[in-house]
Amino acid sequence: MTDAYIYDAVRTPRGKGKKDGTLHEVTAVRLSAIALNALKERNNLDGHAVEDVIWGNVTQVGEQGACLARSSVLYSDLDERIPGVSINRFCASGLEAVNMAANQVKGGAGDAYIAGGVESMSRVPMGMDGGAIAADPHLAMKAYFVPQGISADIIATEYGFSRDDCDAYAVESQKRAAAARADGRFKAIIPVLDQNGLEIMSEDQMIRETTMQTLGGLNPSFKAMGEAMPGFDAVALLKYPHLERINHVHHAGNSSGIADGSAAILIGNKEFGERHGLKPRARVKATSKVGTDPTIMLTGPVPATERVLQAAGMDFGDIDLFEVNEAFASVVLRFIQAFDADTNKVNVNGGAIAMGHPLGGTGAMILSALLDEMERADKETGLATLCIGSGMGAATILERV
Amino acid sequence: MADFHYSVDADGVATITWDVPNKSMNVLSYDALRELDAHIDTVLADDAVKGAIITSAKKDFAGGMDLNVIAQMKNDAGDNPAKGLFDGVMGMHGVLRKIERAGMDPKTNKGGKPIVAALPGIALGIGLEIPLSCHRIIAADNPKAKIGLPEIMVGIFPGAGGTTRLVRKMGAMAAAPFLLEGKTVSPDKAKAAGLIDEVVAPDELQARAKEWVLNATDADIVKPWDAKGYKMPGGAPYHPAGFQTFVGAAAMIHGKTNGVYPAAKALLAAVYEGAMVPFDDALRVECRWFVNVLMNPSSSAMIRSLFINKQALEKGAVRPKDVADQSVKKVGVLGAGMMGAGIALVSAMAGMEVVLIDQTQEAADRGKAYSEGYLDKGIARKKATPEKKEAVLSAITATTDLEALKGADLIIEAVFEDVGVKAEMTKKVEAVVGPDCIYATNTSTLPITELAKASERPDQFIGIHFFSPVERMMLVEIIKGKETGPRAVAKALDYVRQIRKTPIVVNDARFFYCNRCIIPYINEGMRMVGEGVSPALVEGAAKLLGFPVGPLQLVDETSIDLGVKIAKATKAAMGDDYPDGAVDDIIFWMADEGRLGRKSNAGFYNYDEKGKRTGLWEGLEGKFPQADDQPDLTEVKHRLMMSQVLEAVRALEEGVLEDIREGDVGAILAWGFAPWSGGPFSWLDMIGADKAVEICDGLTAAHGARFTTPALLRDLADKGDTFYGRFDTAQDAA
Repeated sequence: MTDAYIYDAVRTPRGKGKKDGTLHEVTAVRLSAIALNALKERNNLDGHAVEDVIWGNVTQVGEQGACLARSSVLYSDLDERIPGVSINRFCASGLEAVNMAANQVKGGAGDAYIAGGVESMSRVPMGMDGGAIAADPHLAMKAYFVPQGISADIIATEYGFSRDDCDAYAVESQKRAAAARADGRFKAIIPVLDQNGLEIMSEDQMIRETTMQTLGGLNPSFKAMGEAMPGFDAVALLKYPHLERINHVHHAGNSSGIADGSAAILIGNKEFGERHGLKPRARVKATSKVGTDPTIMLTGPVPATERVLQAAGMDFGDIDLFEVNEAFASVVLRFIQAFDADTNKVNVNGGAIAMGHPLGGTGAMILSALLDEMERADKETGLATLCIGSGMGAATILERV
Repeated sequence: MADFHYSVDADGVATITWDVPNKSMNVLSYDALRELDAHIDTVLADDAVKGAIITSAKKDFAGGMDLNVIAQMKNDAGDNPAKGLFDGVMGMHGVLRKIERAGMDPKTNKGGKPIVAALPGIALGIGLEIPLSCHRIIAADNPKAKIGLPEIMVGIFPGAGGTTRLVRKMGAMAAAPFLLEGKTVSPDKAKAAGLIDEVVAPDELQARAKEWVLNATDADIVKPWDAKGYKMPGGAPYHPAGFQTFVGAAAMIHGKTNGVYPAAKALLAAVYEGAMVPFDDALRVECRWFVNVLMNPSSSAMIRSLFINKQALEKGAVRPKDVADQSVKKVGVLGAGMMGAGIALVSAMAGMEVVLIDQTQEAADRGKAYSEGYLDKGIARKKATPEKKEAVLSAITATTDLEALKGADLIIEAVFEDVGVKAEMTKKVEAVVGPDCIYATNTSTLPITELAKASERPDQFIGIHFFSPVERMMLVEIIKGKETGPRAVAKALDYVRQIRKTPIVVNDARFFYCNRCIIPYINEGMRMVGEGVSPALVEGAAKLLGFPVGPLQLVDETSIDLGVKIAKATKAAMGDDYPDGAVDDIIFWMADEGRLGRKSNAGFYNYDEKGKRTGLWEGLEGKFPQADDQPDLTEVKHRLMMSQVLEAVRALEEGVLEDIREGDVGAILAWGFAPWSGGPFSWLDMIGADKAVEICDGLTAAHGARFTTPALLRDLADKGDTFYGRFDTAQDAA
C-alpha cells in the first residue's frame, strides 16, 4: 500500500469564541480560506493540485452551512476544480479529515489532499444545529443522553478524579502553553490578516496564568443541570447505578475554552512530494475511530489508542509523544490513568484548556502541535487522539521520516 | 339499545346524547363509536341541522374507554394484532377528525358546522378526547367533576388524539402535567389551564351550548392547527426555546421513570415526532406509538393489574357473594397510636361514626388531634373545607370508656403488638359490644388464628392489616384466620370499600402476604452489603428495577429496631430453621451503633438536621469493606427481584394467596413492587417460567437454598404454562 505523508501543517491562532473574541469579526469561510491559502502559497499548489479538501466542521448551519468546505475552496485562491467535503465527527472532525485523506492516499484514490477544519464558535454557537441525540425522546432515552459536561463529571466520579486533580491538571496546561508560546514552539501558526494585509491576530489569545486558588473559586458548571433541572444526573445514574451520585468537578477553568480558529494539513504520497519539490515531514502510520458508551461519552481516547496501536503494530511504550485533546481535565487524566502514561509525554505544550477548542479545527491543530514538537524535540513517533460527542474516539499515529 | 341518542330541535341544533344503558357512567365501546360516527354523518349531511351538541344524559360525561375495545381491535386482524390496533385506532381518529373538520372546505376552512361538547361532570380519557376534537368545550360548574387524561396511570397514554391535540393547544410544557402525570382537575381549574373553554352553571349548560352553536362563525370552529401560520405554543422541537424543552423533557422523564415505563417514553416520542409534521400526520405518528405501547407486555400487565383487576377487587371480586351488605355505621378503634389515629381519620372521612379508645384520655385525644392536624393541612392546601373538618371531628369520640363502643358494628384493634395485651382487649370489648359485631385486629406480625383464640366468636374475628401512613397507603390486607366466617370477610371488604381503598384477602400465615415478601427483599439488600457488595449498587439496582425505594432506604424508613424485633421473634419461632443469621449480623450491629433509621436521623443513610437523606453512611465501609470484584448488575437485580417474587409464588403454593390478581395488585400498592411489571406474577409471566427457573437455579447454586425454584414455578416451566394462563380468575368475574 502507498504511504501517506504530511508535507505541511498550518493553523490560525485561536481566538476567544465569544463576541469579545478577536476573531469574532472574521467569517468562518474567511477563516477557512486563510488556512487554505497559506498551504497553497507555502507549497505552490497551483491548478488542480489536490484531489479534494476534506474539511471538519461541527455546527453546519448558517454561515457554516451548505458545505462550508466547497464554499471555502471557492473563497480561497485554490483552483475551482478542487472540490470540498464538509465532515462532522464532532470534536475530532479535524483529525478525522486528516485520517480520511491519508487513507484515501494510501488506497490510491488520488495523490494529495488538503484536510483540516474550522469552527467559528463565536459566530455559529455550539448546539445551533439541534440534534436528535438530545431532543428525540426515543433516542435520548435509548442512548441515555447527557450533555458532555455531565459525561466529563461521570468520568471524574467513576475513575476517582477530584476537583483538585482536575484543577491541578488545568494549572499545568496553562503553564505549559504559556511556556511553549514564549518559546515560539507553535511553528504552525499563521497570522490572520484582513483583506488589506493588516494583521488581526497572530498569537493564541486565551492562554492565561492561573493558580489552584483562582480555579478553586469557580462554580461547577454542570451541577445545576445535573442535580436540579432537568436532572441529567438521574439519567447518568441509570447507566452507572453503582455510583451513588455524580461529583461535579468541572468548570470553565478546567474544561476546554470556546474558541474560533482553523487549521489545514497537506497530505500526499511520495510522488506528489517529488513533483512539487516538497519534503515529507511525517508519515501517517495508522488511524483509528471507535464507538463507546454514549453516556460517559468521552472515554474514547483509550480504546481509540488501543486500536490505532494495534493497527500500527506498536505498543504504548513505542510512542514518544501524545496529544490528548483537553476537552475536559478528566478526559486526559483518564487517559494517563488507563495507560499509566508518563505525564511528561502527554500534552507537553498545553492544550485546549489553555488555548481553546474550536470544535471542527482542533483535531488538525493538535496534530500540527504534535508534529512541531516531534521535530523540535527530535522524537520519532507521536500519537494524537480526541474524545468525541455521542461516545466516539479517534486517533492518529505519526512517524517522522 | 343504543349508547347515543340523536335529536334535533326547532332551531336546527342537533343534540347527541350519550347514555349507556344500565350503567351509571358512560364508557366508550366499539359499537358506540360507530353510533357516534353515524350521528356525526347525519349532522353534516342534513341541511336543516346548523350544528350539534355532544353531551350526556347522566350526571357525568364519560369515564373513559371500555378497555375491551383494545382486545377487540387486537383480535380484528387475526395473527397481526398490531395491524388490527393500528386500523382500529386510525378509525377512531377518523371519527374525531370528522367532528373537528365538521364538513368545512379543506382549503378555505369555511362552511363547517359548529359542534360543541357540553360536559355535565366527569370527563376522563376518551371522555375528554372526544370533547377536544369539538370546537368548544363547555363544562358545568361542578367542583367534584374531574377532567383529564389519566391514561398514563395505567401504563398507556391518550391515544385518541388527546396527546396531539393537547400539545398543540397548550404547548408541550403546559400539557406535560396532564399527559405525563395524568393530572385531573375540576372544571374551573381545567378552564384556567386551557384544557376546556368555558364553565357555566349546571342548569345553563345546555342553553349555553346551544347559544354557542347558533352564534359560532366559520372562524370560531377552525382549530388553530388547521389555520394558516400555526405555530406550536412554546416552540416545536427545533425552535430554540422548544429545543431546550424537549431535551429537558426527555432527561426528566427518563430520570423520573427510571427508564422502565414504556408509555411515558412512547408518549414523549409521539409528542416530539408529531410536533414536526402537519396535524393529520401527527395523528398517525401518535397512533404508531400508541400501538407500540399497546403491544408492549408491560402496558398490558399494568392495565390488567392497575386498572382491570384493581377495580375488580375494589368492586368485590373476592367478596362472599351471598352475604348481605355489611356497610359499617359505627366503628370502634382500639388504640390511638399512629395506626389507630389514622384508622379513625379515614373512617370518619368516609362518614362513619368513630369511637377512638385509649388507656388515658390524653392519649385518646392525641389520636383525635391527628385528624385535626391532617384536616388543617388540607384546608391550608385547599383540599378540605372547615365544614369537612367539623364533620369529621364531630364524628370521632375520643374516650377511655369501653362502654362507648356499644352499638359498634365493627371493631378495629390497633393496640400494642403482644398476644396477651390483645387477648385481654378482645375479651373486654366483646363483653360490651353486641353479638353481631365483627372484631378485626390490625396486626402486622401476629397470627390471626392465634389471636382469635381469645374471642368468643372466632368466626367474627378477622385481620385488617393497614399500611402506614394509613391515610396515604391505598392497600388494605384482610387476613382470614382458620375460623373466620364469610360475614367477617364481607364486613372487612365493605369497610375497605367505604374508606375507598383496595383490598386483598389472604389466609393466615407468618407475615401474611405483603410482609412475607417485603422482608426477604430488605434482607437480601442487607445481605449483599454484608457480602461486600457496594451499597450504592444495591440501591441503584433496586431503582433500575423500578422500585420506588431501595432495600436499605426501606429499612431506614421502617426502622432498624423493628427489623431487630422481627428477626428475634422469627428466630424464636423458627428455631434451627432460621435462615437469616447473616442479615442479623448487620442489623444487630446497626442497632448497637444507634443507627435506627430515619427516626434516629441515622441508618444506612446519613440525614441532615431536617431529616433529609444526604447519602449512604460511610461507616458501612469500615465494618463491611466493599469487595474489589463487584457483582454484575444483572445478578444484583435478580437477587432483589427473586427474593420477593419467590415468596409470592410460595404464598400462592401454600394457599396464603387464593388469587394471583390479589398477589399482583397487592404487591404494587403495598410496597411499590415495580408497577411497570404489573406485579410479581405478571413479571414472571413476562420473562417466562423457563427463564425464571434458569435464574433461580443459578442463584441457588451461587447464593443458597432461599432461591430454590418453587415446585409450582418449575411445573409451569415444564408445561410451558403461565400464571395468568393457569390461574386467571378474571373471566369468572367479568
